[in-house]
Amino acid sequence: MATYNASLRVWRGDDTGGGLQDYTVEVNDGEVVLDIIHRLQATQTPDLAVRWNCKAGKCGSCSAEINGKPRLLCMTRMSTFEPDETVTVTPIRTFPIMRDLVTDVSFNYQKAREIPSFTPPKDLQPGDYRMQQEDIQRSQEFRKCIECFLCQNVCHVIRDHEENKEAFAGPRFFIRLAELDMHPLDTADRQLLAQEDAGLGYCNITKCCTEVCPEHIKITDNAIIPMKERVADRKYDPIVWLGNKLFRRT
Amino acid sequence: MVELERHQYDVVVIGAGGAGLRAVIEARERGLRVAVVTKSLFGKAHTVMAEGGCAAAMRNVNTKDSWQVHFGDTMRGGKFLNNWRMAELHAQESPDRVWELETYGALFDRTKDGRISQRNFGGHTYPRLAHVGDRTGLEIIRTLQQKIVSLQQEDKAELGDYEARIKVFHECSVTELILDNGAVAGAFAYWRETGNFVLFEAPAVVLATGGIGKSFKVSSNSWEYTGDGHALALRAGSALINMEFIQFHPTGMVWPLSVKGILVTEGVRGDGGVLKNSEGKRFMFDYIPSVFKGQYAETEEEADQWLKDNDSARRTPDLLPRDEVARAINSEVKAGRGSPHGGVYLDIASRMPTEEIKRRLPSMYHQFMELAEVDITKDEMEVGPTCHYVMGGIEVDPDSGGASTPGLFAAGECSGGMHGSNRLGGNSLSDLLVFGRRAGLGAADYVRALSDRPKVTDEAINAATELALAPFEKRPNPENPYTLHAELQQSMNDLVGIIRKEEEIQEALAKLQELKKRYENVMVEGGRVFNPGWHLAIDLRNMLLVSECVAKAALQRTESRGGHTRDDHPEMDANWRNTLLVCRARPASDAATTVVPEVEVTAEEQEPMRPDLLNLFELSELEKYYTDAELADHSERRS
Repeated sequence: MATYNASLRVWRGDDTGGGLQDYTVEVNDGEVVLDIIHRLQATQTPDLAVRWNCKAGKCGSCSAEINGKPRLLCMTRMSTFEPDETVTVTPIRTFPIMRDLVTDVSFNYQKAREIPSFTPPKDLQPGDYRMQQEDIQRSQEFRKCIECFLCQNVCHVIRDHEENKEAFAGPRFFIRLAELDMHPLDTADRQLLAQEDAGLGYCNITKCCTEVCPEHIKITDNAIIPMKERVADRKYDPIVWLGNKLFRRT
Repeated sequence: MVELERHQYDVVVIGAGGAGLRAVIEARERGLRVAVVTKSLFGKAHTVMAEGGCAAAMRNVNTKDSWQVHFGDTMRGGKFLNNWRMAELHAQESPDRVWELETYGALFDRTKDGRISQRNFGGHTYPRLAHVGDRTGLEIIRTLQQKIVSLQQEDKAELGDYEARIKVFHECSVTELILDNGAVAGAFAYWRETGNFVLFEAPAVVLATGGIGKSFKVSSNSWEYTGDGHALALRAGSALINMEFIQFHPTGMVWPLSVKGILVTEGVRGDGGVLKNSEGKRFMFDYIPSVFKGQYAETEEEADQWLKDNDSARRTPDLLPRDEVARAINSEVKAGRGSPHGGVYLDIASRMPTEEIKRRLPSMYHQFMELAEVDITKDEMEVGPTCHYVMGGIEVDPDSGGASTPGLFAAGECSGGMHGSNRLGGNSLSDLLVFGRRAGLGAADYVRALSDRPKVTDEAINAATELALAPFEKRPNPENPYTLHAELQQSMNDLVGIIRKEEEIQEALAKLQELKKRYENVMVEGGRVFNPGWHLAIDLRNMLLVSECVAKAALQRTESRGGHTRDDHPEMDANWRNTLLVCRARPASDAATTVVPEVEVTAEEQEPMRPDLLNLFELSELEKYYTDAELADHSERRS
């Protein structure tokens, strides 16, 4: 494909308001949307705000919505669009706008703090950790997460419901909870916390998060559903419930 | 003027990659209040890009390994120009630093008996790299990030505030270090989000800002790599060493344009991938240098036999050290035997079944599939050299990480000495853990020994404010920062790249003078709220200064060694081995040199290696690198 001029529509503005603006930008063979945004900065709009770091799909900084779909700008090739198609780039919608394509993602950092950290056995010395590969495989899948927050962005529990944000940690932190819960050497109890503090119950497994994950983590199948099952066993199994009442650990 | 936000801390760490975060943890564990200031979001640092692993002689896979063997490999890799004390500390302490990560929650791949698995890599005698598939850097940055969160949770439980002892200032860029009577008094920064200024008053600053790769056009580095720590240290009166040594990784992607420079892991060749030219020839057999003659396979049959059984044949020249392979690719392309997009071919498809490739190299498979529409299980990859790592950096005391400016410390890629003229793969992640911790400790000890806190004057604040706002001033002949940056990258890439010669370096220096002149007229549009044009204009000042260090040191070193190849001085010269080229900024003489100072390079001798360490090497090996006079005290000579 030779060089051509693409029609690009980019959301410009800040927390007081803004709108879509049209640009015509050169596109070369093999380029991704982030290249086009950079060319726009270098040639037409030097102050266009965009967040990016590695441009290799590894850091999860350049999350945005392209034609309404949550994507990484650096991993979306221009060749996936027709040359005469207008490509619309907007900021991720679930978080407050800072400027142009940059949003305030501090929600995610607050939620990260609310999850009790890895708690190894107190007497286990560094160097003495022993774990089998098959026992850590599940947790390792969740640790592939690059924190692009596209799963948080797409999740309908908070995407259009600001009021749910306080009680809901979101898919990124459900996989964090699952990762720790499935860690062979973690001693903390996270199942009731997932349900009661992190809002696991709000999730009705529509799998949107799994669909947008650039790391292809099976968020719903491998983290959320198993966590829901564990919680159900603990919370709603009548025998477990009675046992908890009678022999409550302190 | 906008109101200035002020903070007081014991230690300010600049940079939130592996080295910075490890320094924060250490200083906090010593009871100090720490700020970590980073240009990016917390957890996005360049450390995430590391693939292969973290080198540490834990002896989990081969019990013959030891810190002494790791030390020897590191010195060999750096062609004996390394700071031997740093190489010693690094080899001794890296196992503890890796085990410690497990207590923070890291999940490395395991051996059959449940220990941390270790893999082979270029230049390491035994399997030594702790890893998680090909995403080890991500595991390390996330682990350190989560450890910091856990410390904040402890502080919240104890003091009622998550940020009582550690506060992360993310998307905040430091533009200037502020001194009081020659010692560190603070750091001046701006919030990227608002453009508002922040003053950190602190008696100690740890620089952990990473590398300088964004001064080169083709680079595997992310946007933050603009040499900020290098430049801040220079302007604060500290010295840089080894700036002429830059690692060009032989295999970066060359096509499509958008991904030119992105890394293709050495693991492709480690697992049997071979380099070919446009004639389909495995050309590396023609490029075995004389020092390695006899150590590498000379036929394809022998090389393929080595792959099946390491003990019955010599290793393939496709796995020569990175500098050798990068030069060979360069020569093939220049001779007209390159691929259509100016690289050579890397073939794994014909070497291994499809499923095996997907299992061993999952991220390479996806990287080429998603970015280049190339199925590496069917087709060859096109690859070429890419600027990857700077061996040079701030000259520090090996034990404490202290620079020559009192109160200034440095760790990780922005510090210099540890890797000599060439870094081994896997030694970067271990470097930042070992020396990140030591710099945090060094800063903590320094602060606790102070009787008075230094002061930040209003003059210093006003000067820093004025300099940061200068790009907004109206100019008669305005220069666009993006244009200047592109010209700088092109010039450094073409003239001070993999292969250098005097005329070209001179040409680059002339271009740098021109760019510095034009930089005085740099002007940006728009306001201060998240304005990338302004941010680039500020970073460009650092890139110009650091590029001058690279070019001036490269001009002065008239030999070829590791990451410095002179076409006009192609041999390694033992007389240069112990010489460090030390860069310092000349004191400002006028307005222009206040903005970007002149660089002065002086040759200085390193302290000779301690005899017990020198005796770890065979005399016959040292004779390849050392002068006769230097070896007079070696035990083999004396006996």
